[in-house]
Amino acid sequence: MMVEKVLLRVIAKLLIPLIMLFAFYVQFHGDFGPGGGFQAGVIFAVAFILYALIFGVRVARQAISASMSRNLLALGVLVYGGTGVATMLMGGEFLSYNVLADTVHGAQHLGIFVVEFGVGMTVAGAMITIFYTFAGHSSSQLTFRRGDGMHVDAPAPTPKSTEDR
Amino acid sequence: MAVTAFWLVRLRNLFAVVMLTGIYSLFAAALYLVMDAVDVAFTEAAVGAGISTVLMLGTLSLTTDKEKVHKKPSLMALVLVLMTGGVLVYGTFDMPRYGDINAPIHQHVANRYIEKSGDEVGPPNMVTSVLASYRGYDTLGETAVVFTAAVGVLVIIGRSKGTFMPSSSQARRRREDERQEQEDTPS
Repeated sequence: MMVEKVLLRVIAKLLIPLIMLFAFYVQFHGDFGPGGGFQAGVIFAVAFILYALIFGVRVARQAISASMSRNLLALGVLVYGGTGVATMLMGGEFLSYNVLADTVHGAQHLGIFVVEFGVGMTVAGAMITIFYTFAGHSSSQLTFRRGDGMHVDAPAPTPKSTEDR
Repeated sequence: MAVTAFWLVRLRNLFAVVMLTGIYSLFAAALYLVMDAVDVAFTEAAVGAGISTVLMLGTLSLTTDKEKVHKKPSLMALVLVLMTGGVLVYGTFDMPRYGDINAPIHQHVANRYIEKSGDEVGPPNMVTSVLASYRGYDTLGETAVVFTAAVGVLVIIGRSKGTFMPSSSQARRRREDERQEQEDTPS
């Protein structure tokens, strides 16, 4: 495991909160600057995967369990679709946000906000779930063997090996 | 980018290939940034250079990091690739120049979005207005695609807990483990 690498651990601890903060900035500031749900979800997942790479998948599972990431995945789609159903129930068409609030801008803003949040949840959940399923294979039964691709300090095969043509 | 791509094709060591793919993605992200597509650059940097590299490394740890060398290159495949590439290049001759104001893409609905999205939707970032409001159905579909992808991964390799590994890699694992034990217990 990589926990004993002090430099990596400290830098990661410094960086991960910033990356997650940036993810939320991209999520909630998507109306005004570049970004949106998809990018935010991906950045959030990247921060989390970095955590899992440095501290081990087992520790990461204690923060976000595998079932939780799956729930996040499904909940995001549900939020998006639910917004559409909500607009239908309030008398509009599917996903026409204008019925959500009194003013057009307010309603559109609210609708986009909720929908983008759903996208972000789905994407983050999907990325973390896929990472867990890939990483789970190499870590569940064989607790961090040497030579796994999952750690960076493994004796990596150099590009200039003999079979290199 | 071209140098990276050709280097990629020549390499047989899959670990190096994964690393180069990440570098290629980073170049692509820089290219998107130059073309003012900041959203796409974001996504490319995070997904292409970040997550997919990690996932490919995970895949390598499940399989092997050496590519099987095919002795006999197939002539048919070469002809097919050249023909497809030729048709694609021929198709680009009809494309309008980059940034051409008369291109169909700038004449269709783009003007309406630019002129009216401020009144009809509101947010200053028109990309968000188009994605989440005008094209809400498309984005719902995209979200469903991401959901389906994750579910597909779960269905294929999610619940097996490593018991359904290909027998070849299981055997490789066992061999490596035995060798490891021998190394760890020097008498």
